[in-house]
Amino acid sequence: MRKSADRLFIAGALAALGVALLTLSSLLVTVLFDGLSRIDMQFLTSFPSRKPEEAGILSSLVGSIYLTGLTALIAVPLGIGSAVYLEQYAKKNWFNLLMEINIGTLAGVPSIIYGLLGLGLFVRILHFDRSLLAGSCTLALLILPIVILASREAIRTVSHDLQHGAFALGATESQVIRRVVFPLALPGILTGVILALSRAIGETAPLIAIGALTYIAFLPDSLFAPFTALPIQIFNWVSRPQPAFHENAAAGIIILLVTTLLFNAAAILIRNSLYSRSARPS
Amino acid sequence: MKQITLDIRSLHVYYDSFHAVNNVSMTILEHTITSIIGPSGCGKSSFLRVMNRMNDLVPHARIMGEVLFRGANIYAKDMCEIELRRRIGMVFQKPNPFPFSIFDNVAFGLRIQKKHNKTFLRERVEESLRRAALWDEVYDRLHQSALELSGGQQQRLCIARALAIYPDILLMDEPCASLDPKATKRIEELLEKLKEEITIVIVTHNMQQARRISDYVAFFHTGELVEWGTSEDIFDHPQKQLTKEYTQGLFG
Ligand SMILES: Nc1ncnc2c1ncn2[C@@H]1O[C@H](COP(=O)(O)OP(=O)(O)OP(=O)(O)O)[C@@H](O)[C@H]1O
Ligand SMILES: [Mg+2]
Repeated sequence: MRKSADRLFIAGALAALGVALLTLSSLLVTVLFDGLSRIDMQFLTSFPSRKPEEAGILSSLVGSIYLTGLTALIAVPLGIGSAVYLEQYAKKNWFNLLMEINIGTLAGVPSIIYGLLGLGLFVRILHFDRSLLAGSCTLALLILPIVILASREAIRTVSHDLQHGAFALGATESQVIRRVVFPLALPGILTGVILALSRAIGETAPLIAIGALTYIAFLPDSLFAPFTALPIQIFNWVSRPQPAFHENAAAGIIILLVTTLLFNAAAILIRNSLYSRSARPS
Repeated sequence: MKQITLDIRSLHVYYDSFHAVNNVSMTILEHTITSIIGPSGCGKSSFLRVMNRMNDLVPHARIMGEVLFRGANIYAKDMCEIELRRRIGMVFQKPNPFPFSIFDNVAFGLRIQKKHNKTFLRERVEESLRRAALWDEVYDRLHQSALELSGGQQQRLCIARALAIYPDILLMDEPCASLDPKATKRIEELLEKLKEEITIVIVTHNMQQARRISDYVAFFHTGELVEWGTSEDIFDHPQKQLTKEYTQGLFG
């Protein structure tokens, strides 16, 4: 009786996994089928064009890389700093409780809202215009709650026993954070940062909201240069009527996926090497 | 006549309104082992945590009374708790080595004092591991993770880590609670030797252990110090009925 119920449960779980994998792989197969043949050096090194066979993703790929890097540069220190403050220093009063609840809520706010905020704050009030900087600031705001939540979670897993052990040796609060809490929380923090940045790479709506351009035939040369990004380029190609552009879109999707995967793989490698190093630092 | 290292005067510890340690006065003499005994929840750990101000880290904890360390009130405004904890070390019930290498564990307390000289660190690490009777077991794997050690070895590593910064007093909160009899015996022998150099205050639930190793014993019950005196006084000629019953294992 018990056994057959177990079997039923396992079968159900497997079926659910099967549906998910099947959908995913059919999507992947379609995209690969449509786009793989379109990927070549010309596609990677050309600017967008009115002729689908001459068009490429150079400006959007480079834009995406700059955008993600800049977003990380802004969001990661802010997010980790906030997390350290909230976990280690903040007193348990109503103000901090309110902040905590707010951060949780912010993580669930639709990205388009962040786009509108970015449009109002960065593009208009701060006069960043539709620049790389405005885009990065907007994406940084968007992923900040995720980075904070993940970092706090990672910090919280560092046991109090270890922290007390350090305090008992005469460590100051900041030494405990720098030498015990932070190194031990780092792998977890990085995992959160990776997830958050992968989300940032794929975001389209907030960039459209702040008015990122779709046709850019040059590479951004400063923080204030206009920019485009892969998802926007893909979105633009998909919305064209000509089937040749759809092939370009599929190829763009493949590049976007590969970028995300490479990015994740690199981050996982870094994280694992930190894990094994944490046994023997310095 | 031995010097008084710690002089505790009318000490009270509260957690919010809960009165965990009630009007305790006693002294700890230099180069002795003082055992704190008493049933679970009677305030032994709370009492111990006052001595190196680890209670500062416990939310809602409040302290009244005085603790004089060599004549200076450790709760005075100009007393630095960081400095104090470097003089009064602590070993916890559960071994809590950092998940770093054995070497880095022992060097931790020195490095946070900005002592980075390689030769100095190497010598002090070896010396501390020898004092903690662990050197012979680990000398060839100092750079392996401390987590690969057995429980008893980990506890001795924590002792070595505490000894490395030359504390005057070592506070130990049931250091043998998670160890087997053999590992316990090693630590007891170690304490016997250490007391020639430092002062030891140890919380223990083990009456035989308290009898074996202590010069002085303090018996706590529901937050109050029922009786304290030499090991013989407490175990062989207790003044109070309660002490007699507890040390003979009639309750606890
Ligand atoms: N952080 C805390 N907050 C509130 N109450 C506490 C706290 N720590 C201890 N207490 C309470 O104070 C009393 C004394 O606790 P303490 O840990 O000092 O006892 P103990 O003698 O060490 O017990 P054990 O032998 O079980 O370790 C207990 O009733 C406990 O519930
Ligand atoms: Mg205790």
